[in-house]
Amino acid sequence: MHPVIKLLAQRIALGLLLLFAASVLIFIGTQILPGDVAQSILGQGATPETLANLRAELGLNDPPLTRYLNWLFAAMQGDLGTALTNGQDIATSMGKRLGNTLFLAFWAAVVAVPTAIILGLIAVRYQGRWPDRVISSITLATVSVPEFLLGYIAIFFLSVQFRVLPSLATVYDGMPFWDKLYTIALPVIVLVLVVLGHMMRMTRAAILNVMQSPYVETAELKGLRKFTIIARHALPNAIAPVVNVVMLNLAYLVVGVVVVEVVFVYPGMGQYLVDHVAKRDVPVVQACGLVFAAVYIGLNLVADVVSILANPRLRHPK
Amino acid sequence: MSDALLEVKGLKIEATAYPPGEPPRDITIVEGVSFAVEKGKVLGLIGESGAGKSTIGLSAMAYGRGGVRITGGEVFVNGRDILKAGPAGLRALRGREVTYVAQSAAAAFNPAKKLMEQVIETTLHHGLMTRAEAEERAVSLFTQLGLPNPETIGNRYPHQVSGGQLQRVMTAMALCPKPDLVIFDEPTTALDVTTQIEVLAAIKRAIVETGVAALYITHDLAVVAQIADHILVLRGGHMVEYGTTDHIINAPSEAYTQALVSVRSITHKEKTGGTPVLSVKGITARYRGTKFDVLKDVTVDLPEAQTLAIVGESGSGKSTLARVITGLLPPSKGEITFAGRSLPADFEQRSRDDLREVQMIYQMADVAMNPRQTVGTIIGRPLEFYFGLRGEAKRKRIQELLDEIEMGEGFIDRYPAELSGGQKQRVCIARALAAKPRMIICDEVTSALDPLVADGILKLLLNLQKIENVAYLFITHDLATVRAIADSIAVMYQGRVVRYGSKTDVLSPPFDDYTDLLLSSVPEMELGWLERTIANRKMEAAGN
Amino acid sequence: MRIPFAALIGLFFTGLYFFMAIFADFIAPYGMAEVVGNSWEPASWAHWLGTDTIGRDLLSRMIYGGQTTIFIATAATLLSFSLGSVLGFFAAVKGGLVDQVLSRGVDLMMSIPSLISALVVLSVMPVTLPVLILVMGILDSTRVFRLSRAVAVDINVMDYVEAARLRGEKQMWIIFREILPNALSPLVAEMGLRFIFAVLFISTLSFLGLGVQPPMADWGGIVKENKDGIAYGVMAGLIPAFAIASLAISVNLVADWVLTRTTSLKGGRG
Repeated sequence: MHPVIKLLAQRIALGLLLLFAASVLIFIGTQILPGDVAQSILGQGATPETLANLRAELGLNDPPLTRYLNWLFAAMQGDLGTALTNGQDIATSMGKRLGNTLFLAFWAAVVAVPTAIILGLIAVRYQGRWPDRVISSITLATVSVPEFLLGYIAIFFLSVQFRVLPSLATVYDGMPFWDKLYTIALPVIVLVLVVLGHMMRMTRAAILNVMQSPYVETAELKGLRKFTIIARHALPNAIAPVVNVVMLNLAYLVVGVVVVEVVFVYPGMGQYLVDHVAKRDVPVVQACGLVFAAVYIGLNLVADVVSILANPRLRHPK
Repeated sequence: MSDALLEVKGLKIEATAYPPGEPPRDITIVEGVSFAVEKGKVLGLIGESGAGKSTIGLSAMAYGRGGVRITGGEVFVNGRDILKAGPAGLRALRGREVTYVAQSAAAAFNPAKKLMEQVIETTLHHGLMTRAEAEERAVSLFTQLGLPNPETIGNRYPHQVSGGQLQRVMTAMALCPKPDLVIFDEPTTALDVTTQIEVLAAIKRAIVETGVAALYITHDLAVVAQIADHILVLRGGHMVEYGTTDHIINAPSEAYTQALVSVRSITHKEKTGGTPVLSVKGITARYRGTKFDVLKDVTVDLPEAQTLAIVGESGSGKSTLARVITGLLPPSKGEITFAGRSLPADFEQRSRDDLREVQMIYQMADVAMNPRQTVGTIIGRPLEFYFGLRGEAKRKRIQELLDEIEMGEGFIDRYPAELSGGQKQRVCIARALAAKPRMIICDEVTSALDPLVADGILKLLLNLQKIENVAYLFITHDLATVRAIADSIAVMYQGRVVRYGSKTDVLSPPFDDYTDLLLSSVPEMELGWLERTIANRKMEAAGN
Repeated sequence: MRIPFAALIGLFFTGLYFFMAIFADFIAPYGMAEVVGNSWEPASWAHWLGTDTIGRDLLSRMIYGGQTTIFIATAATLLSFSLGSVLGFFAAVKGGLVDQVLSRGVDLMMSIPSLISALVVLSVMPVTLPVLILVMGILDSTRVFRLSRAVAVDINVMDYVEAARLRGEKQMWIIFREILPNALSPLVAEMGLRFIFAVLFISTLSFLGLGVQPPMADWGGIVKENKDGIAYGVMAGLIPAFAIASLAISVNLVADWVLTRTTSLKGGRG
């Protein structure tokens, strides 16, 4: 078997193993920690009888391993259980919200990734000169600012002061595509700002690293143009690190989306998760945690796979 | 010199230094350097590291590496002052009139592109030939340089080709656009000595056959003597001596050049006999998790207060042997006897006296000392640890040791970063001596040092051996060092001892094949050595 | 020694924020939960930053809130540092199975974004200060673990550590005398970054309503309380966010300076 295929198979298996382990961790986090689910649902005023009834209803009296396995097998068949607070099927209510979140994250990525790479290239091209410094200081500022501040600054200026964009990102079924895009413009801008700083800084570092390698000097001593050097010699070797950076930051986007959804009251996964944490609706929290972990692990897996595929040593073994 | 291809006049080169905690400042790294290269001739630039030889070489392409700037003088190539050429003029010069061969071809090739693509890139970029013509020329250069499978080697990626071959491919890359001048920047330094001679011969043949002029940069005078018509000796960014190769090698006028020519002025009378302090018997060892024995049935003795040199190229297992003796790598078979007692295989099982009596000095003195400890702490710790010395008694003993390594007062409170390379290695020697060992393992202790400094260290070690009665296990790849200080020699090749005996016996014929190859590959400081050796090898090959 | 201008600014503001946090009781003009005026009064001589959503003095709440935020972030950083660096060094020096178990465990914890992990845990645990500090400290110790392990592994293979081992030195000497002095500076710089992360983290949790609980004030919580005003053009909700950002940037500037100073030390071999 070609070593690359072997390596890829290993990585994918590792990703699945990690996801499985993450499910264990999430389960432990919600079920075995000293906090009592039944107690936290009913509050301090609950009588012992109602507590015992709820425990039985939730299956809390079964041994943890049995509970875990039941939960895992059900989840693998697409059954994420029912919400404690309103008795609705979690998979159904989550489906639509997951779609909304992915829609938001997708457009944020579409804007952020090319912008970050282009800004990173500009910063490298003019390293140490003013374009590099301007870009670097702005990104230093954006990475030091919490997501919700960016959100409210954007609301304050763009929708309160100048009234160009709506401050609430309410989307509904059957909304025309362009209306939907207009509605989510503000959260997309904020998400882009959130990841842009990190992504651009890391892209710059990754390309700079390649530009300092001896083979770039060789290319320079061949009398090639700066552009040719970057395009032909630096870029093929920078693909793997840059893709890694992008994936790492998309994973970061997954987290940023939680806060941004709350700020803009956007009906997505993040809002759903935060609401149900506050209501202590454990089955929903577990399900959301699992989905977020799966997306996060998946993105990291893609990064691994790309860097394996981009490595000439692995593609062309001795 | 009207027909000079390259003419450098009054070159001055500066760089910016960033001392920690201080504002950056400009420092001059080359000053007042002038020389010329005529068509078809080879000029050797020689000097220690830091002499500015690579920087001067690159100035022939008007190129400064990382923050280095050419701030004065003129550089003429084919009559044009290239320091006044704009970016477009430089692009036309680089890769067309002047090309470059780097020290480490492995790093200088783009790992993501096939070799052929990179070899002919310049030729195509400057529009000198069609792709078919360029590829044809590349293949003929590969053949000329003695590369295996010249027709297909271009389809490989850099990591699929050995270091010695890559260096030749890089030479082909430099020659492909038919330049007027090639800069060779230490092209054989990273190679093993037996590989070096082949690459050297290939480069010389290519220079002669294509009639190209060259700047050949190296720290090894014996190497440059084989290839250059003229030699320029540099030190600290200044010219020391400039003349024909014959003049520099056979009648140097400057003291520094004379020292370079006669490096290893040490004469050491070989001792024989004596009772062994260390006996290594039938050692076989491999690294954890590997299936390959790096040492195979190694047996050697080291007599009391004598020096056993372990000689071999990289990968021969000589450093592994040191790890086995110190107990860092327990062997899978074999036994080590020290001072009549059997040593436990793992150093953690050894007694404090076992550990004390076997000391070690490392190749890189830089990383062998904790940068956060003063010289006093570094030398004082073994005194405290093994002999319980404290306070004034310890300080007095430290000063005695510093005197022994000829460093005198005022070093106790300094940090390693404040010492020169030679001083650092001396402190490491003092640390080893502090334990009053019966044996010191010296692992390539002089190979990171400049020749003259290394000479001083070797003299010191020989003196200390007389005073302290300590035995040395001296690991090295450098035969000149071995000749200078060994009493007995073990030659290692692929994990085995292929030749072992007293210095005179090992270095006198009849030789086994490997020792013969190794000994005959070490460049000697005389004109025509390369041709003679290659001719001898051809004759032997024909005779067989 | 010359301190660069940017680092001086960073040091000044970091110092100022910590000073206000420590002496909040003496500096704050009004009580933390004291209602002193109408809802969202504009800035005046009596109330420099105006009043908040239910008429409390915003400046006083900002000062007390800063105290809470900085206290939690400092405690969480100290926890994550002591936990992460001790385990990291231990894994590096011991190697083998201990290293494998610890490293894979950390990989696993890092396979879930820390905000998500925190939310999952906080859905069942009571939201109190000790719980918040524990959760944040443990989750963040994974990053400290990775860094200190990596630094220690690099140092552990140095010849001078090998020389100490061959001398017969004990494990304690090797960790505290040979490795620690050389690992300290990158770790100190990292500490600044972890502190910023902790400030952002606790503020985010409080903003989501899952961190510091009212009536106690902290910067994230103040944003949450006053966010509705933003739609009417009231700045109250933005002020704590600016405080968070300026603290984060100041600490960042100091950490950057520490880092470049230490790398230039490492680079200088002369």
